[in-house]
Amino acid sequence: MTIAFEMLLILSLIICAVSALMSRRLLVAVVIYMAYSLIMTIIWALLMSPDLAITEAAVGAGVTGILFLTTLKKIHALKGTKDE
Amino acid sequence: MKKDMWKRFSAWVNGTSEERGPLELPDTAVHHEKKKLFELSDEQKIRLFKAGYLAVAAVVCLAVVSVLLYTVFQLPLFGDPNNPAVNDVVERYVEKGLEETGAVNMVAGMIIDYRSFDNFVESSVLFLAVTSVMMLLLRDKNNISREEDIQEEHERIIEKEASDLILQKVVSMVLPCIMLFGVYVVLNGHISPGGGFSGGAVMGAGLILYASAFGTDKVRELFNMKTFKTVTSTALLCYAASKAYSFYTGANGLHTGIPLGTPGAIFSSGLILVLDICVGMVVACTMYGFYVLFARGEI
Repeated sequence: MTIAFEMLLILSLIICAVSALMSRRLLVAVVIYMAYSLIMTIIWALLMSPDLAITEAAVGAGVTGILFLTTLKKIHALKGTKDE
Repeated sequence: MKKDMWKRFSAWVNGTSEERGPLELPDTAVHHEKKKLFELSDEQKIRLFKAGYLAVAAVVCLAVVSVLLYTVFQLPLFGDPNNPAVNDVVERYVEKGLEETGAVNMVAGMIIDYRSFDNFVESSVLFLAVTSVMMLLLRDKNNISREEDIQEEHERIIEKEASDLILQKVVSMVLPCIMLFGVYVVLNGHISPGGGFSGGAVMGAGLILYASAFGTDKVRELFNMKTFKTVTSTALLCYAASKAYSFYTGANGLHTGIPLGTPGAIFSSGLILVLDICVGMVVACTMYGFYVLFARGEI
């Protein structure tokens, strides 16, 4: 059961990584990257390193994604932030 | 000569150096007179370039992936007792760690007591990073144009008038839990999983959430540039002073006079609690500082 769950997680990790590369819109890529970090959090917890899981959840899924989004807004790469 | 150079340097830093006129380049237009017999059209060239680009990308990708996979298969097995990482150092940590540091959480005992110098330099790296971001992105009267000023004013109005009610309600319910969890993780770093960096990151993420729901002006009532500077530099100096004291006494074979307490209690394990709080402060401030400097250009 655990092995199957771990395999599922690793498979979805790979799918997330590939689809973040393949996605055309930068916003979608950032959101997929945050999902990747969230899956990674569960994997850290399963590997019995809860401190890394907390850090990954706060930094990977939270702060890094927000910094990416702010940068995208700053360089006008998001929809609706372009100067008309 | 020297004074002139200094003047030019300061003008360059402040962005007030006089504008240069457009460079006068010689006429580089080349006139093709003869036409080759077998010349590719532009469309064919683009198609050829695209195909070549894809092929090279695939080859490079496969090469990197195979090298990485080969390296992974050369790694020792996970959790094998004969691994090279399992040596005298780890043995010492596991056997004497609790006795020497007083921390139940062995990871905290390792990174904040045995290897606290590493952790100090990591906090300094964060501080340096936020300082560089500040140098690049902080708004002042010399690096801001009129248009950017107007845009900033628009952002401020949008932030104030078009705030999201759902986000605000959710944040006002969730934020106390986030901040409490962050404080808990920092203060219990030597007892349970976590520590300064994780707890500080959680608190910084909470501050960012609050700022994005209620606007940075609201946060500035509590947390402005002055508090940012005071908290980060005080925390780093406190870390440096307490670790300098313990290095000094340790190197001279003196007794530190800091009680280790009973393992498992909140006031135990010597300096680890103080250092955890320092690291947590620095990390929370820098996380929020990054966000607010990227988003608004001021703290």
